[in-house]
Amino acid sequence: MARIMLENVTRRFGLVIAVDNVSLPIIDGEFFALLGPSGCGKTTTLRLIAGLEVPTAGRVHIGDRDVTGLPPRERDVAMVFQDYALYPHMTILDNVGYPLKVRGVGRREIRERVGEVAGFLQIAELLERRPAQLSGGQQQRAAVARAVVHKPQVFLFDEPLSNLDAKLRLEARGFLKHLQHELGITTVYVTHDQAEALALADRIAIMNQGRIIQVGTPLEVYRRPQTTFVAGFIGNPPMNLVPCRLEVGVEAAHLVGTTFRLDLTSLRDRLALTLRDDEEVILGIRPEHLTFCGQGDPFAIPAETYAIQPLGAECVVILLVDSTTLSVRLFTGEPPQQTGRVWVGVNPERILVYRKSGELVLG
Amino acid sequence: MTGGAPILSRRTGFFFLLPSLGFVSLFILFPFVWVFYLSFTNQTLTGVTAIQSRLVGLANYQRLLDFETWMTSGQFGNALRISAQFVVGSALIGQALLGLAIAWAFYRWRGAFREIVYTLVILAWIIPDVVVAFTWMAFLDRDRGTLNAILQLLRLAPVDWLIQQPVLSIIIFNTWRGTAFSMLLFSSALATIPPSYLESAEVAGASGWQKFRDIILPLIRSHILTDIILITLWTFNTFTPFLITGGGPAFKSELVSIYTFRIAFQFFEFGRGGAIAVAMMLINLVLALTYLTILRRQGVRT
Ligand SMILES: Nc1ncnc2c1ncn2[C@@H]1O[C@H](COP(=O)(O)OP(=O)(O)OP(=O)(O)O)[C@@H](O)[C@H]1O
Ligand SMILES: [Mg+2]
Repeated sequence: MARIMLENVTRRFGLVIAVDNVSLPIIDGEFFALLGPSGCGKTTTLRLIAGLEVPTAGRVHIGDRDVTGLPPRERDVAMVFQDYALYPHMTILDNVGYPLKVRGVGRREIRERVGEVAGFLQIAELLERRPAQLSGGQQQRAAVARAVVHKPQVFLFDEPLSNLDAKLRLEARGFLKHLQHELGITTVYVTHDQAEALALADRIAIMNQGRIIQVGTPLEVYRRPQTTFVAGFIGNPPMNLVPCRLEVGVEAAHLVGTTFRLDLTSLRDRLALTLRDDEEVILGIRPEHLTFCGQGDPFAIPAETYAIQPLGAECVVILLVDSTTLSVRLFTGEPPQQTGRVWVGVNPERILVYRKSGELVLG
Repeated sequence: MTGGAPILSRRTGFFFLLPSLGFVSLFILFPFVWVFYLSFTNQTLTGVTAIQSRLVGLANYQRLLDFETWMTSGQFGNALRISAQFVVGSALIGQALLGLAIAWAFYRWRGAFREIVYTLVILAWIIPDVVVAFTWMAFLDRDRGTLNAILQLLRLAPVDWLIQQPVLSIIIFNTWRGTAFSMLLFSSALATIPPSYLESAEVAGASGWQKFRDIILPLIRSHILTDIILITLWTFNTFTPFLITGGGPAFKSELVSIYTFRIAFQFFEFGRGGAIAVAMMLINLVLALTYLTILRRQGVRT
């Protein structure tokens, strides 16, 4: 059990800055997710913690030790690779027991401890088989078993579920979360799937182009994305982002789009604090905070139905507002009655306002 | 395209094979049978027996395996012993081990240094035999050799390599000459191993040696066997060392291949030469079958 500290860590590959001055404190025992699009530096960050990469600048601490220069084997971490990296020439028993074997643990004790872990992970009947004879889900559990067997201080996962089909992935999510809770081992989990990060993590760091954009609990990053990048990345469908212009008067305030004019007088003072009159801004609103309404509603936006996606428990409607699209999420599951020209109402308490450059200014 | 109906009938197909079968029979099968036949005769190139050779039964083989004298210098047993040293020294320890070591050392090393080393090693492999042999003679020469010049620079006594250490000389020569093959074979074998195997072993706590023993070796075992089969046979049959030491001095570096040559083409005793050639072929066959059996057993296990 240990906390992890990244201190101004940078990793360059030639001209590419894979990880750019990242500082992260990861709390002892927490489930921490690194989330971001492909190529943003998640894997590199994880490998820096594992010791498979050496930082170009900055320091890495695990527990009370500065491990910056230490090789992986001296860091007492365990890592589950995206391809699981189970050795094809060894049985599952030998695979899972390998970290014990290299530590000089005796054959009998290895068998015992592997048996324990295997029972816990429900792979006890598979120990004599070879990796090729296992299904994807079983391989994933075997890889996890190999990672837990020597009770490391830190667990590192690099997209361990991306090779599984959708159903297994959901199952494995529950299983991993339960496992981490049971063991209480500090875990860093890399994924590009925002739903996975939200579902699993105690805290999430969202990365883009080598930098950490925001760190917070799943609810924090969902409710108050600090930038339009995070807002557009988290949530499915992601947050609606509509470019508009702000009009701040002495008394009143309005958000003006090409086809609508929202009365934000109730927020006038807070808006006037940070924004100028006539400034270009971006309105952010989650799909579930939009509702269909009548034309008379003061917070109504006129729109055109574009596509309807019934999902069983809910229904996602895509609308066209001038040239941008808006997603609306209806929790009834019933598709809307009217199609064609409709009006959607915005809940002013739920809106977020971003500067044109992307930072959150109100929300 | 497997399983479909053949485009040609068997008979027509066979017809197309005929020319190549003809060549194979003429240039491989016929000489082979001829040598086999010769080994039971007293055929020579000159003298009475050149015209009137006759069957002598196993006499040639008896002479070959005359256990009273066969280990004395210039005899078959002696040549076999030297060949064994040569194969173990230059093929197994030299080429295979060195090739594996270089391939492993550069496994994750990309860049100019690797390219330079690989190019040099491959160069040693593709230069014609005669040129290489001459270069090595120049390198090892007692009075004007490069090696002795270096030794003298280091204030060490010069050595007459080709006279004092003939076997060592040809072992080093053949290692230098042939390592490229093993190196290339092993580096392509290593390239098939996903880096994550080694990285996960590293994170699991394995040392460099443990990674090599537990992950690399088992995964390239069949490549190693294949490599060893090929280079053992090549090394056992190679004749190039003759260009450097001529089998001497006093038969001290006379390999089986050189011995065969001496009997058959210096003394022109084709009957005896044929017997040696047949014996060599049997040794090759035994070596190949042994390796292939091991390889097959490996295949069943994994
Ligand atoms: N060994 C390397 N040599 C050169 N460039 C590298 C190396 N490893 C990573 N990079 C570069 O660093 C950047 C970050 O890579 P990284 O693998 O960390 O991304 P990622 O967030 O894990 O992406 P993905 O979701 O696709 O796995 C990329 O631009 C990548 O091309
Ligand atoms: Mg990655």
